[in-house]
Amino acid sequence: MFQRGVVAIGRLTVNGIWKIGAGTAFIGNVIARSKMTFARPRLFINEIYFAGTLSLIIIVVSGLFVGLVLGLQGYETLKRYGSAEAVGTLVALSLVRELGPVVAALLFASRAGSAMTAKIGIMKSSDQLSAMEMMAVDPFQRVITPMFWGGFFSMPLLAAIFSAMGILGGYLITVVVIGVDGGAFWSQMQASVDFQGDILNGIYKSIVFGFAVNAIALFEGFDCLPTAEGVSRAVTRTVVTSALAILALDFVLTAFMFTGA
Amino acid sequence: MARGTIDLWVGIFVTAGFLGLLFLAFKVGSATNFSVAEGYVVTAEFDNIGGLKTKAPVKSAGVVVGRIEKIVFNNRTLRATVSMRLGKQFEFPRDSSVSILTAGLLGEQYVGLDGGGDVELLVDGDQIVLTQSAMVLEKVIGQFLFNKASESGGDK
Repeated sequence: MFQRGVVAIGRLTVNGIWKIGAGTAFIGNVIARSKMTFARPRLFINEIYFAGTLSLIIIVVSGLFVGLVLGLQGYETLKRYGSAEAVGTLVALSLVRELGPVVAALLFASRAGSAMTAKIGIMKSSDQLSAMEMMAVDPFQRVITPMFWGGFFSMPLLAAIFSAMGILGGYLITVVVIGVDGGAFWSQMQASVDFQGDILNGIYKSIVFGFAVNAIALFEGFDCLPTAEGVSRAVTRTVVTSALAILALDFVLTAFMFTGA
Repeated sequence: MARGTIDLWVGIFVTAGFLGLLFLAFKVGSATNFSVAEGYVVTAEFDNIGGLKTKAPVKSAGVVVGRIEKIVFNNRTLRATVSMRLGKQFEFPRDSSVSILTAGLLGEQYVGLDGGGDVELLVDGDQIVLTQSAMVLEKVIGQFLFNKASESGGDK
């Protein structure tokens, strides 16, 4: 009993280390073989369509609703202190610093990341990847690398759209519907949102998240057992691991970026 | 799907993304704010800086003209030495004075710079001599109570 427990711990450790190593090697491979992606922009554009454009609707709609809720809740609290105009600052800072990059990355992981894993997993289980190799086409260069760069490029843009829509949502609910002064809304926001400290840091965050989510999604797809169940498990792992990675990375990045000032 | 349609939609997505970034940069943030990266540094010594923080604004006539760059404790004079970087397009006379003020009742603290009448201008590395410390609420209340007490003592 005791021995079995130790064996289980040992197996978990070995598997974990194997996964870290294989994942790193995989990403190194992807980046090393990315020449073809840029030599054939058609592949790259198709993947931007797949990862970015098709995620646009969910990003726009959720951004708008997150902004509406933030505006409403912020207004309800701030009006008690007679500073309802500061709601613009609240909405903008929370979106640009945290919610924009994080929620957009979570949505991206569930919408595009899971689809990437499923696509590669099914290609693997139906031997399409092996077939490509037989035809002397490198599946890394032809399939995986364009997906990686397409998703990596789309992520910061999606996060920016999410933040912008959220701020517009906050504006709609507080200024247009409730009647907070519009000039004060924008001017207080502009006075307290710093381009370098807040907006650029938010973009850096979304770049890091984009890298992590795409790497996880592609690796899980590539690493899955080539069966129906294996693919379904890989898709689940993509969403769970991405969500955990995003939240953990967000904490680390926030600790570095927004303290000590 | 036809190649042209994909191109169109990717174009829409990328344009929307960059519009979002521009919106964040210019409408939400204030990229139009002058950058104080270039400018000159002047210092001032205060008896008490209250809650002043680095990066707090330096305002003259209500306009932001610079930012606090560094606050250190001067062990020789036992006062706080505040370095502030002023935008190079702003010029102030050498006998200008600085005071630590509070925005609103509970707002953050900033440095107010009042121009003097000297013909010579402040240059990089100068020290402003005329300073007024932050108002510390406890001290003000203590003073007020002390005055009240001495007033009522005089009446009797």
